[in-house]
Amino acid sequence: MSDVSIETAKATGADQLQIGTARDFFALLKPRVMSLVVFTGIVGMVVAPGSIHPVLGFMALLCIAVGAGASGALNMWYDADIDARMTRTAERPVPKGKVTAGEALGFGATLSVISVVAMGLFVNYTAAALLGITIGFYLFIYTMWLKRRTPQNIVIGGAAGAFPPMIGWAAVTGSVSLESIVLFAIIFMWTPPHFWALALYRKGDYEGVGVPMLPVVAGKHETRKQILIYSVLLVPVTLAPVALGFAGAVYGAGTASLGAIFLALAWQVWTAGTHGDEVESDIRAKRLFLFSIFYLFLIFALFLVERVPGLYMPVI
Amino acid sequence: MALAHMDEKSRHDIEPPVWSDDMLKQRRARAKAMAWALAGFMILVFAVTLVKLGANVLDRPL
Repeated sequence: MSDVSIETAKATGADQLQIGTARDFFALLKPRVMSLVVFTGIVGMVVAPGSIHPVLGFMALLCIAVGAGASGALNMWYDADIDARMTRTAERPVPKGKVTAGEALGFGATLSVISVVAMGLFVNYTAAALLGITIGFYLFIYTMWLKRRTPQNIVIGGAAGAFPPMIGWAAVTGSVSLESIVLFAIIFMWTPPHFWALALYRKGDYEGVGVPMLPVVAGKHETRKQILIYSVLLVPVTLAPVALGFAGAVYGAGTASLGAIFLALAWQVWTAGTHGDEVESDIRAKRLFLFSIFYLFLIFALFLVERVPGLYMPVI
Repeated sequence: MALAHMDEKSRHDIEPPVWSDDMLKQRRARAKAMAWALAGFMILVFAVTLVKLGANVLDRPL
């Protein structure tokens, strides 16, 4: 057992070594995050010009899913010390003592290598390179470097979560293009308001473990302001696919409506703060956080909806 | 390593860890899950190989 696991086992009162089940190892892959990653990857593949054999497409998606999951496992290995002390993460397999930090490292590293090599051998090298960059960025740049050092951690680190549609696109085309960069930009711009909304009502958790999230370092007022600014910037970015011609009227109308709701929720968070009502502000921040997940899912779903024959109506 | 400094007899005196029935059951379930995952991956790699080869598999010198 690693030091972290021993400490955790002591803290939880576990008096014997526990055996990690398949379910525990699966939990290391952060399945909920993985599902969103896979979904955005699918959209990248569907929107991309050209086609891919279904078996190769499935292999590409599996590599994206496993690579994303491996990043999660490596993150849980590195962050085991702070995960044990945060309410949101205390139930993860490593802090619970069900899987040792060493096992999480071995599991994550093995899956990382397998996913990148398989993507390179069976799909193409561009997609494999992007997958490798994603895993490396999430582990080295976000988890190890930025997360505990700067309040800009999730702004820059958010790039890791933004790569999957670009990887999906590259799996089909073998290249990176402006359209796939726009798909990347949508998730990149969505990440800060999404995570800062969470950090607003979980501020105490981050403060307790010394992670310099924006509300901890700059205060809640500044965070609410930044959420509003990023939300205002996010909406035009989500409409860029219409301007570039790879999304049509259905996507445009849907995204504009969703963007209006997103902005309204961000505005509500801001106004609750300006009235000094911290409790209400936290409630609204939680609402924004939950909606933001739904929002990203729907925006990418709209790309798929437009692929149904007869629904694509070009605007430009 | 502490083991390196032990004489042969002491090494054999070390009590092996006791695996409870529950632990053995969990370990077996984990091994089964891994076997299924590996088998699935193997089948997928075989399918991908066929797809990559395509009709070329029939185009070979006799």
